[in-house]
Amino acid sequence: MSRFSRRTFLGAALLGAAGCDPQRPHEGFLGAMERWNDGAQRLLFRKGKLARDERTLTNLEAFPVYHISDDVPSAPAGWKLEVKGLCARPLSLSVDDLRKMARTDIRVRHYCVEGWSAVASWHGVRLSEIARIAGADPKARFVEFRSFDATGSEDDDDDDDEASDDAEASDTPEHEPDAKEAPGAAPQAGRMPYYSCWDRDSAEHPQSILAYGMNGRDLMPDHGAPVRLYSGVKLGYKMVKYLSEVIYLPARSGGFWEDQGYEWFAGV
Amino acid sequence: MVAREGGAVPEETALPATGEDRRPEHWRPRAEQPLAIRLTHWINVPVLLVMAMSGLQILAAFPRLGPKGAPYGWYLFDGKRPPAWMTTGEWLAGARHIHFGLGWFLVANGLVYLAYAIGSGEWRRRAFLPGRDARNAMEMALYYARIRRTAPKQDLYNGLQRLAYTSAIALGVIEVLSGFAIWKPVQLSLLAALFGGYDGARAVHLLGLVALALFTVGHIVLVALHPRELASIFTGGKRR
Repeated sequence: MSRFSRRTFLGAALLGAAGCDPQRPHEGFLGAMERWNDGAQRLLFRKGKLARDERTLTNLEAFPVYHISDDVPSAPAGWKLEVKGLCARPLSLSVDDLRKMARTDIRVRHYCVEGWSAVASWHGVRLSEIARIAGADPKARFVEFRSFDATGSEDDDDDDDEASDDAEASDTPEHEPDAKEAPGAAPQAGRMPYYSCWDRDSAEHPQSILAYGMNGRDLMPDHGAPVRLYSGVKLGYKMVKYLSEVIYLPARSGGFWEDQGYEWFAGV
Repeated sequence: MVAREGGAVPEETALPATGEDRRPEHWRPRAEQPLAIRLTHWINVPVLLVMAMSGLQILAAFPRLGPKGAPYGWYLFDGKRPPAWMTTGEWLAGARHIHFGLGWFLVANGLVYLAYAIGSGEWRRRAFLPGRDARNAMEMALYYARIRRTAPKQDLYNGLQRLAYTSAIALGVIEVLSGFAIWKPVQLSLLAALFGGYDGARAVHLLGLVALALFTVGHIVLVALHPRELASIFTGGKRR
C-alpha cells in the first residue's frame, strides 16, 4: 500500500519542522505522519479482535453528555434512518424496524479523544447486519454517518444558552466541547451538521452497532436518541449520535471534528 | 581455592575489581562516547522535549487520572492543567498529531541505540549489572553523601552512573510501551492489561514522564559538575 511506505516516512522526516503547523494537522509533516499512522492502525486492526467485555458500568451521571447544538437535539417529525449510497436495497428504518432485527448487546469501554474513559452497555443492530440487508456494494470501502445534530440552529441565533448547556453537560469541568475548540478556528457561519466517515472493516466489526438502547433502557435524548452509532473499536468522536443517514461510499469523506484537524482513522 | 606456591594470585584469574568493565578479549579501544551513541543521544534531546510538551498539551484536555466516575484519589494535580509554557501543539488535535507523529522517531532512535549498544558490546561498560555494579553504586552514593572519604574505583562509569543511565533507558521503554497501550487499548489489549488497563497506562505514562524529568535534572547537574564527561558527549572523548 503506497500510503504506508518507507518513502512516506523518509519524506516526512525530511519535511521536518517546516511542515509542522498545529493549526493544520492534516498537512505537511503532521499530515504525512497521520497517513503513516493511518496505515499502522489498519495493520493493527483485526476484525476478530473484540474489545473486552467490561464488568462495571460507569454511573450514568458521570457518563459525559455531548452534542454540538445548543439544546439537546430532538428528531425531526417523521424521523427515519435512511440507509443509502452504494447499496442494492436502500432502507428507511424506524426504531421499531430496528427492534425487529437481530439484537446485539455490547458493554465495552468508551475512549474519548480527550483522554477519559467510561463504560456503558449498548444494544442495537450490527452494522454488518444492516449492510447485508441493504445489499451494500463491496466497492463501497467507506461508510458515512450523518446526524441531525448541528451547530447554529436557525431559531435561536442570538441568545446565549450557555447556562442550560452547562447544566446538561456532565459536572466535570472538562467536558468535550471546551477542550476541543481550536483557538484559531474561524467562527463557522450557518448550520454545520455532525457527521463522520469510517472504513468498512471497522464499521462491520462485530462490536459496531446502531444502538437504540443504553444500560438496558431505551436510548435517552442526552445520549443520542433515537439511534446512535456505537463501537468498541473507535474513539468517541467517530461514534455519531442522533443518526439520520448511513451512506455507503466508494471514497472516504470527512467528519465534523476530522475536518477541523482531528485524525480520520481514530481507532482504538 | 587451593593456594598456589608463590603466593600472589596471577592477574588473569583475579576477579575484576568492583566497578570495572568486563571487556571481551577482542575489545579494541574506542571513544568513550562513540559516534552512534552521541548521535542518538542528541537526537533524543529535542524529540523527548517535544514529546513531553505535546503530551502535556494532550493531558490538558482531561487533566485527571482514572476513569469517569472513579478518579484516582492519589493524583495531586487532579483537575489542574499543566502551565502553557510546558506545552506545545496549541490545541488537542495539534498536540496529538505532533505526539503520534514524532513518537515513531523516538522509537526508531531508541531501537538504533539499543541495536548499536548490543551489537558493538558497548552495553558491557554501560548497563547496570547488579552483580558487578550494586556495591560500587552504594559506595559512590556514600561518597556523594560524604560518609565515605574516597570515591570507589571506576572505569567509563561508576555503578551509580550505570544505575541512573540504565534506569533512564528503562523509563524510555516504559513510556513507549504505555504510550502504545493508550493509543490502542483494544488492538493491543495484552499490553494495556500489563499496565492495569487504559487508565492505568495513562497514569504510568505520566509518572514515567515525571521520573524522566527528574532524571534529566539530576543528569544536567551532575554533568555540569564533571565537565570532562560533558565534553565527551560532544567530541567522543579519549579512546579507552
